[in-house]
Amino acid sequence: MRELSPDHNIKLKENLAGRFPNAGFKVEENRGIVVIEASRSSLIELMKHLKEDAGCSFNVLMDLTAVDYLDKRKSEERFEVVYMLFSSTSLHRVRIKVKAGDGDDVPSLVSIWKGANWPEREVFDFFGIKFSGHPLMERLIMPDEFRGYPLRKDFPLEGQGEDYLIESILIPDKTKI
Amino acid sequence: MGLDSMQGDSFVTTKLSALVGWARQYSLWPFPFATACCGIEYMSVLSSDFDLARFGAERPSFSPRQADLLIVLGTLTYKMAPVLWKVYHSMSEPKWVMSVGACASSGGMFRSYSVLQGIDRIIPVDIYIPGCPPRPEAILDALIKLQQRVKKESIKDPRYRGRADALDEIFSGYESGNLVQK
Ligand code: SF4
Repeated sequence: MRELSPDHNIKLKENLAGRFPNAGFKVEENRGIVVIEASRSSLIELMKHLKEDAGCSFNVLMDLTAVDYLDKRKSEERFEVVYMLFSSTSLHRVRIKVKAGDGDDVPSLVSIWKGANWPEREVFDFFGIKFSGHPLMERLIMPDEFRGYPLRKDFPLEGQGEDYLIESILIPDKTKI
Repeated sequence: MGLDSMQGDSFVTTKLSALVGWARQYSLWPFPFATACCGIEYMSVLSSDFDLARFGAERPSFSPRQADLLIVLGTLTYKMAPVLWKVYHSMSEPKWVMSVGACASSGGMFRSYSVLQGIDRIIPVDIYIPGCPPRPEAILDALIKLQQRVKKESIKDPRYRGRADALDEIFSGYESGNLVQK
């Protein structure tokens, strides 16, 4: 069992301050994990650095998801895309958050981690956040004909009446049988 | 089969009907379409404590072509709905459908954006079993009740003709995105 080095977070913060002196990231620590709030324009550069720099080497994209803060943060943008990174060499983790408003594009990470492909499509499927530069920005889980984004907080809890799906799913097949 | 046109409602037809009905009644081959927890209950129905084999339905057929009883067990999502539709239409006539549990019958507790609110929205159902999940006894009871109906079906006027019409009626009820319930 390898030990986590206790001063890793301090080193990581110094590393980031050295590499991005004027980026204005909001860096904090939450339960031993460094949380970086980045802007959409600087996201790709930051992620590349976190993956490739020898002092960081966060080589695994553990998770990619989103949160809808509808009406919770009136003054700010509505969505937050959250990335969890893990380093298989130092065993440390880091969390990156990016804010996005309704209709904003977030840069896609497929060029850095191929594994970002499906999670980004899933986020698009359920929250309607588009990722620019993604090879196939389509729904992943819901039927293609589905209207709306079901994990948004303003989506009706019991659905909006999805019987229109029966028609679009079954009637084309009726001719094939 | 031409018999009805030759013989009409004669002694031969009715007796043959009774014979075919008797044979069909005790040789239902079920296709278990198990999508959720009700399917686990069905395993118990098949195994020795409850033993569906006592009623002649012991052979679960995993090919819809060789099945005549479609048992739908579990939650059906809109994504899965086309599969059920295809399975139902791949089965040859005569065929019957049993809807097991609250989910298959009405969507159950999943009143949400992703779950079909009852399989009767896409295929005709012969018998519904309430429960979440139903007790194995309830499934056996439903099978016996269904057998009574299978027995009474006449070869001259099979019920499935009525069912096919009902299906066409369902589809004529669609108007640009809205299902008009009849
Ligand atoms: S009716 Fe209950 S037991 Fe059956 S599939 Fe639905 S939730 Fe599961």
